[in-house]
Amino acid sequence: MDQLLWTIFFSPFISFVILFFIFKPFFGKMVRLSSFISIFAIGLSTLLSILILLDLSINQKVITFKPNEFLSVGNLNFGISLILDELTVVMLVVVTSISLLVQIFSIGYMSGDKGYIRYFAFLSLFTTAMLGLVLASNIIQLFIFWELVGLSSYLLIGFWHHKPSAVAAAKKAFIITRIGDFGLLLAILYLFVQKSEFASNSLNPIMIQDIIIAAKEGYLSDFVITIFALGIFTGAIGKSAQFPLHTWLPDAMEGPTPVSALIHAATMVAAGVFLVARFFPVFEASLIAMNTLIVVGGITALFAASIALAMNDIKKVLAYSTISQLGYMMLALGVGGLSAAIFHLFTHAFFKALLFLGAGSISHSTGTFDMNKMGGLRKIMPWTYITFIIGSLSLLGIFPLSGFWSKDEILSASWSSSGIIANIGFYLAFITVFITSFYMFRAIFLTFHGEFQGDISKGDLHESPKVMIIPLCILSVASIFIGFIVNPIISIAFIPSHWFSDFIGHTSGKAHVNIFTNWFVYGATLISFLAILLAYLIYISKNSLFIKVFDKFRFARQILINKYYFDYIYEEVIVKKIFLNGIAKGLNWFDTNIVDRVFGFIGWLSLNIGILLRQMQNGQLQTYGGILSLGIILIMIFFIFF
Amino acid sequence: MDLNNFLVISAILFSIGLYGALTKKHLVVIFMCIELMFNAVNLALVGFSKYQNLTLVNLNGHIFVIFIIAVAAAEIALGLAIVMSIYKNRDTIFVTDIDSLKK
Repeated sequence: MDQLLWTIFFSPFISFVILFFIFKPFFGKMVRLSSFISIFAIGLSTLLSILILLDLSINQKVITFKPNEFLSVGNLNFGISLILDELTVVMLVVVTSISLLVQIFSIGYMSGDKGYIRYFAFLSLFTTAMLGLVLASNIIQLFIFWELVGLSSYLLIGFWHHKPSAVAAAKKAFIITRIGDFGLLLAILYLFVQKSEFASNSLNPIMIQDIIIAAKEGYLSDFVITIFALGIFTGAIGKSAQFPLHTWLPDAMEGPTPVSALIHAATMVAAGVFLVARFFPVFEASLIAMNTLIVVGGITALFAASIALAMNDIKKVLAYSTISQLGYMMLALGVGGLSAAIFHLFTHAFFKALLFLGAGSISHSTGTFDMNKMGGLRKIMPWTYITFIIGSLSLLGIFPLSGFWSKDEILSASWSSSGIIANIGFYLAFITVFITSFYMFRAIFLTFHGEFQGDISKGDLHESPKVMIIPLCILSVASIFIGFIVNPIISIAFIPSHWFSDFIGHTSGKAHVNIFTNWFVYGATLISFLAILLAYLIYISKNSLFIKVFDKFRFARQILINKYYFDYIYEEVIVKKIFLNGIAKGLNWFDTNIVDRVFGFIGWLSLNIGILLRQMQNGQLQTYGGILSLGIILIMIFFIFF
Repeated sequence: MDLNNFLVISAILFSIGLYGALTKKHLVVIFMCIELMFNAVNLALVGFSKYQNLTLVNLNGHIFVIFIIAVAAAEIALGLAIVMSIYKNRDTIFVTDIDSLKK
């Protein structure tokens, strides 16, 4: 088993090494072969991941492998090892399978690009980092891969580095996630401070398993647990683009679209959710941490969805939708629905990757992401249209698509959870369903219906090549069925009922809730259809009454287009006013007036002492001899009289 | 006559030599002062040798002195040659003027 896991991890890594260090410098012409190597490597990983999932689902057990010693500082041993549990194996399957499909899609999407080999090399690097992250068994290893994931995200956002906007977006993504990473690092360091608590129970503070045991058994005080959990969550906020560190994700859409599908929709942004899920018992032990999850998740879900209403760039709509869905997952974790959150992560990975790849397919044909320059594409791109509709319906949570099952698990989990904050969380999530439906169908109507508005002639539009359509179809099938198949409400064939929930949730978190007995299952579907109807009236039939009402909300629209002025606040107020004019200026004053003065004084002092001492060094041997004699006489006096 | 008389004379001679060596500018005078210090030391050595409390005749100090005289003679020959060449090159034998290392 150990070798199998290492193979999963190393296979994309070797592909990265081969592509980046051999193909890119020496065989720059063999682009097709390079993509095949990459796809073969990730295909191998996918296959093995699925095998391990099957194996683990039959004999449920958690395996931590014996660490290979790597670094030993004092009495702290840091070994590299892997962990295999239910969470890991689900993430393995998600990461590898989405990577595989995205890479296949990229053959078509990136064909003819100058950086083709570099692109595939970076995708492999990203997959490696992501696999390392989910397989890590100690927090230092986890942190290393956490940063590597951030690095490969940076490289891929700035992939078209000749575009200044892409470079700026890459920098922004890196710096903003770095703020979150700092919190994570502090949490890790804080655990080291608590080393003695661990040692007295013969646990190791860097092993994730030991941290979980310590949290479960109550070896740590509430305060320590809360601080640690909040630190971890700060990391998750940065990586999963939660409020208020969400601003980097929409900008990250500057990267190639398959990258957005893989990194900024399905896998990397879900790493934050994964991280919280990994340390879930720690969060469970602290009420404050759990409530923070609910508040941040709920606010993010509603707030990001509302911005998506006003975006005209189809990828930005999807980006805000992703932020909103990640908010859902955080909310689910906050109300104790570990399995609901991971289930949503699982289904979301498929349908959101599908939507992003669909957007990529559209722009492949129209050459733009601006929805005002699209329209009427449904006849020209039928496959893209159908798959996009499937992805959207799944995102909306329409019965019986994948999204329905996972979204209602989340709603159920928050409904059945007690406490005023959880109740608020439920209503935030419920309202978000309406908004989600509206913006998704607004996007669909603007893109695929009506008349074509673009600059290019209609004859240039075309359906994408097969190599792009096939991954879309596979993802559509997954978006329709996978939710029901992995987590059915009744046993079908060899799959027991609620398999996924039991698989993930048997260690901690709430068990599943029976799904069809709650009013909001029907309520959510109803408001979804209402929202679709509203979108239809405004964007297709252009009903004058609705448009008139809609225009009344112009001021709200202005706020939404400006994304609640968050970018403005961050750049103008925080960066320019506070950092540049406040802190930087203050530090500059301190530097010139205190630090420089101190050193200037030291310099002045030594200069003047030097001038004094220089008088002695006059180059005259006789002076030296005189001083020497004086010294001897002094020594003689000393010996004679004392 | 006891040892102290020798040593006092020796110390006076040495001090005069040292003073001259440290204050005079003329190289030849400095050489002379150094010779004075040599001889002060020689005198002390001879005195020590003479007033040792030993029954046997001991010439250690005397031999030492003869060696020093020989070495000093050689050193003066060499030193005066250097003085000559300095004078030829620089037209001066005042030590205060010979300070090219300082510049």
